[in-house]
Amino acid sequence: MRAFLEVGIVLYTLVSVLGSFVKTVEHGFPHQPSALGYSPSLKLLAIGTRSGAIKLYGSPGVEFMGLHDENAAVTQVHFMPHQVELVTLLDDNSLHMWTLRGHNGLSELLEIGRFTLTGPPGVTAVLAHSSGELLLLGTEGGHVFVVEVPGFRELEERNISLDQVSSRNLEHVEALQENPVDPDQVIIGYGRGLMVIWDLEKKLAIQHIPATQQLESVCWTEDGKYILSSHSDGSYCRWMVGGQDMNEEEKSDIPYGHFPCKAISKIVQLPTEEGPPFLLFSGGMPRASYGDRHCITVIHGKTHVALDFTSRIIDFFVIRDGPQRTDPSALVVLVEEELVVIDLQTEGWPIIQTPYLVPLHSSAITCSHHVSTIPLKLWERILAAGKHQNAHYSKKPWPITGGQNLAPDPPQRDLLLTGHEDGTVRFWDASGVCLYPMYKLSTAGVFHTDADPNDNMNQGTEGEWPPFRKVGCFDPYSDDPRLGIQKIHLCKYSGYLTVAGTAGQILMLELNDEAAEQTVEAKVVDLLQGQEGFRWKGHTQLDIQEDPVMFPAGFQPFAVVQCQPPAVVTALTLHSEWKLIAFGTSHGFGLYDYQQKNSVLIKCTLNPSDQLAMEGPLSRVKSIKKSLRQSFRRIRRSRVSLRKQHLQEANARLEAELAEMELAPVQRKIEARSSDDSFTGLVRTLYFADTFLSDSSHNTPSLWAGTNGGCVFAYMLRLPSVEHRADEPVTAQLSKEIQLMHRAPVVGIVVLDGHGAPLPEPLEVAHDLARAPDMQGSHHLLVVSEEQFKVFTLPKVSAKMKLKLTAVDGSRVRRVGMAWFGSSRTEDYGESGLLVLTNQGDVHVVSLPHVKMQVQYPCIRREDVSGIASCVFTKHGQGFYLISPSEFERFSLSTRCVVEPRCLVEAPLHSGCSNQHQSQPDGASSTHRYINLEVSLFSSLNMKSANCIYKKRVKRQRSGLVDLSVNMAV
Amino acid sequence: MNKNHRVPSSRSLNAVEVKSKFGAEFRRFSLDRSKPGRFDEFYGLLQHVHRIPNVELLVGYADVHGDLLPINNDDNYHKAISTANPLLRLFLQRKEEADHGTFGTDSLTRKKNTVLSAVLLRPDHNKKKPPVIISLPKDFRPVSSIIDVDILPETHRRVRLYKHGQEKPLGFYIRDGSSVRVTPQGLEKVPGIFISRLVPGGLAESTGLLAVNDEVLEVNGIEVGGKSLDQVTDMMIANSHNLIITVKPANQRNNIVRSGVGGGGGAASGSSGRSSDSSASYYGYSSHSAAASIPPHIIQNFPVGELESDEDEEDLVIEAGGEAEPIRHMASNHSMSSLPRYEPHLNLRTATTSTFSINTNGTLPTSGSSSSLSNIKATTPSPDRAMERGSLEEDGTVITL
Repeated sequence: MRAFLEVGIVLYTLVSVLGSFVKTVEHGFPHQPSALGYSPSLKLLAIGTRSGAIKLYGSPGVEFMGLHDENAAVTQVHFMPHQVELVTLLDDNSLHMWTLRGHNGLSELLEIGRFTLTGPPGVTAVLAHSSGELLLLGTEGGHVFVVEVPGFRELEERNISLDQVSSRNLEHVEALQENPVDPDQVIIGYGRGLMVIWDLEKKLAIQHIPATQQLESVCWTEDGKYILSSHSDGSYCRWMVGGQDMNEEEKSDIPYGHFPCKAISKIVQLPTEEGPPFLLFSGGMPRASYGDRHCITVIHGKTHVALDFTSRIIDFFVIRDGPQRTDPSALVVLVEEELVVIDLQTEGWPIIQTPYLVPLHSSAITCSHHVSTIPLKLWERILAAGKHQNAHYSKKPWPITGGQNLAPDPPQRDLLLTGHEDGTVRFWDASGVCLYPMYKLSTAGVFHTDADPNDNMNQGTEGEWPPFRKVGCFDPYSDDPRLGIQKIHLCKYSGYLTVAGTAGQILMLELNDEAAEQTVEAKVVDLLQGQEGFRWKGHTQLDIQEDPVMFPAGFQPFAVVQCQPPAVVTALTLHSEWKLIAFGTSHGFGLYDYQQKNSVLIKCTLNPSDQLAMEGPLSRVKSIKKSLRQSFRRIRRSRVSLRKQHLQEANARLEAELAEMELAPVQRKIEARSSDDSFTGLVRTLYFADTFLSDSSHNTPSLWAGTNGGCVFAYMLRLPSVEHRADEPVTAQLSKEIQLMHRAPVVGIVVLDGHGAPLPEPLEVAHDLARAPDMQGSHHLLVVSEEQFKVFTLPKVSAKMKLKLTAVDGSRVRRVGMAWFGSSRTEDYGESGLLVLTNQGDVHVVSLPHVKMQVQYPCIRREDVSGIASCVFTKHGQGFYLISPSEFERFSLSTRCVVEPRCLVEAPLHSGCSNQHQSQPDGASSTHRYINLEVSLFSSLNMKSANCIYKKRVKRQRSGLVDLSVNMAV
Repeated sequence: MNKNHRVPSSRSLNAVEVKSKFGAEFRRFSLDRSKPGRFDEFYGLLQHVHRIPNVELLVGYADVHGDLLPINNDDNYHKAISTANPLLRLFLQRKEEADHGTFGTDSLTRKKNTVLSAVLLRPDHNKKKPPVIISLPKDFRPVSSIIDVDILPETHRRVRLYKHGQEKPLGFYIRDGSSVRVTPQGLEKVPGIFISRLVPGGLAESTGLLAVNDEVLEVNGIEVGGKSLDQVTDMMIANSHNLIITVKPANQRNNIVRSGVGGGGGAASGSSGRSSDSSASYYGYSSHSAAASIPPHIIQNFPVGELESDEDEEDLVIEAGGEAEPIRHMASNHSMSSLPRYEPHLNLRTATTSTFSINTNGTLPTSGSSSSLSNIKATTPSPDRAMERGSLEEDGTVITL
């Protein structure tokens, strides 16, 4: 009965006080961006994506996100000049009006209107008129419609139809630009090349500019005297704006000419206070030799640089400041895979490091590791190491500064470490809304690789034309896939880091504030232990650099363990107090003493009858390769046949194939697991614990290992006393072996202390950061398999409690983490819980030590296998998972730790009415004194709307105010 | 027809004639039907009358069907006595010479066709059926059972497969499909999970209770509706040691009628399909040719309480000695059965539950007015009981993988 009561209390507290589920913020670079917009008055950047999302960014921490209900790509984003509204055009031809509305002292992005032009002509060009009241829409048919906003009322009498302009068929409207000095004049550029300056007031064409090439873009110079047009043949022309029609361009040039060039898709000319203007254009490269480059050319006086990006250019704009806000200060380029900002005021035009929108996937992410509450000392050392690496970045502050970040300072310093395919580990500041890059560690220097170390991206040959300069860090090509990082473990107290990779390499690294030359000692560990009949068919192991290597300040390797066979490292753990690391592959596991630099224990877990593992795990990869090759062949064949045969025949065959597929539906074999299954020996988890392994009166250090075949090994470790640690050997003895009857893979092992709390991390108690574990009561062992949670007593291992997951709802454990849930009501109350992500994409919270299922939230789509595999939990009830190769979604199950954007954007004061004190933006300051109160209410709200999803958060019901009044009435 | 055998009516005497054969020798004696005594007394008596006091014996008897069945405990001894009709024919063998394969259905028929078939066999007995070998009772274990017949709709069948400790694979595949449900809105097509294939020689096939295209409705009591094929697969594998699946058989002609045939009281589910169903079942129970096609285990002869028996799914813990070397244990990992030191933590059920289980057996065919039904039942409890006893040892061997 007592136990029951306890459980009841746990349930109550966890659900109502400690936990809720919110998706809070997306970190990283939006997947498949398709449109870029910028508001010079708000200093906000907007990015639209192909999936219909619109994201706004200002100063670091200021970000908003909206999602169009239509699942169509955003093709254009335009801010209304001097307002907080913006207009998006989707490729389903609908226009959407968004605004930043203040609410509870915070701004939120809301869609306030939508509009679709009646009739078939698609919108090709949009001009948000500087009056802020008009929207000009150029269409495929060549007409320009004038629409009043925000109501989207079509002003038919002001429409500019094609026959008012010319009798010829001019194709679609390609460009619409307003005269910077006379808002009544707009230029309409038609696809065929003709441009017309139109007076909106007088409703007549002032001037016809007869360009002959296909038009790509039009730009009106700042003084309104000239018009620049760029064309599909790689040329641009400058035209004088005069009273009468003229037939000759003033200047025409094909910058990379002689041979045929690609189109210049956008051209901008900007004056400076003193000195020559800046001319910027994208594209225009010679078709044959550099047609595949993604370039933006910047010409300023004698300086001419072709910025060479690694992915397709979506759009660019220039930020201007200076006394008159005219001098171009930064070039912002959105390419398909990253956002690059170039400082145009510093010599050499260096890149400004982006505080957000960082391409996480500059090399593909292969694993991630989160460390909470980093001690300040370590934090500063990592930052300092990162500063050395960022020397080539511009010193200028981030130029996009719109909005105010009202989020409280993050309560703690959190690190997210991502391992990449190219052997780098990136350290991200994950404390707040901005996932800020801190430091990048490369492990490639330890090894001989095929890559030429002198192959520097930024080196261009002298006198090359066009004068290319590589920019951007997105580099999807890995020189050697064996370098890929698979597992990371950082001890935040000692600064020791261990990383393990694809070719069975395990590196021990230590933080050093100075650059140093080191010889890395390698230790080869044979995990097969004489197991016969095994032939490794996979990749070879990496070759270690034998000569001393110069390592820059930061984490420097001092020991390397190489597993033999060099299979992927599947489990890794570090105990910095005992100075031991444990690692596992599909063949076995080992224990390595990194102080004495020798291996303590090697255990082969390979089942001799495991045919697949005997052949070497890569045979699977081979079959994938084979099937890939086959499918490519099939594609090629089908292409050929399509060309040869009629489409109908192909369709008929497709139908037949489909029918065949229906005849042989997907079926699943129902069979109990057996010891003969493949990869039963794969080590899934390793765990160090100081607990009662052999008898209940003496606790000893121990190592636990769990395999894919449901087997748990426990080793008792004997460590020499501190004074003899360097010379006496560490020994390990097998103490227990548990074979789970259900044989499901063991994915987690935790020892719970006498209070039922998980044992603290190594050195945590020594640093006074955790309560010492209770060694009086009896310890328990929690084994998490893919199918169930099982609690055993210690030291005599007998089953005490279990929770079945798969048998009950068919889902399996994919990721598991321990978390501490702090109560949002009382400061000092909290509970430990187990966070579980299943293969169905649901997050469960399981209470400890009773292993009772508490709450369950849908989190990731079950089809999103890579998203589920990428999930990491933090120690404070948050989590991250990849929603695309380049973006982490952050979610929170804790009410105390919610990191989400809280920001305010104020409407810009219009220059015309600056003395008139504009009403406070949405009453922000008038309600200021309520903010604190409401903030607390907000967090309680959060709690109630457990399933509130971030994407809908922008449309959150305004229950806050209601709550407020109720509260006051009370 | 059955009644001739089953109800000895006037001839029901208090004495049972026993004709015991050991080698070429016969002994005849009689026993008191009402006070048969215990098996060990009977065993001593046999040794005494044959004058073979120190010979280990296997005792078999011919039951009413002509099957040679063993007598080796009180239960099957009492059963043998009570069903002796009127003569109890015993066959004794030396234990060391014993041919275990001799026990089984049709085993006597095969050998003593001329003698026994005339007396004991039903005229319509299917002689072409290959004999089913029944091993010694200590080796008996449940393989499958139909359970919860009393609470399920007649159109459904809840089958329990005992993978426990068997080398035989479960041996079936499932697939996605669609089934038609009757809803208040009318007929509705809903996605469902179906058995797509049975592996020849697998447990699923050997039970004869599952068939291709049977719709899977529940797995261990949890409905599969709304779950994906992969989820159902994982559920089944997670429960594979003790899998209970509720199916809607594609072939609805072999369904069980839970109420008596003659009673007509089973109107609880007066579905349109009932008439055909019941006639099929009537056929199944009244004539024994069908009994040959429907295995005797269609009767729920295992207690409901055993549904919880997954608790004896216990993990194996090997405690290593203090000086155990890693290498030795590496070897032991793969030959745990040969390792002497293991501590299986077994939740052994006590004998009380098993006796209880026998009693509860009767609940299923309570209204078994059909005498043949109880006739079949009569043969089953002895192996059942033996299974209960055997399962104690069984767990040990299972644990050793």
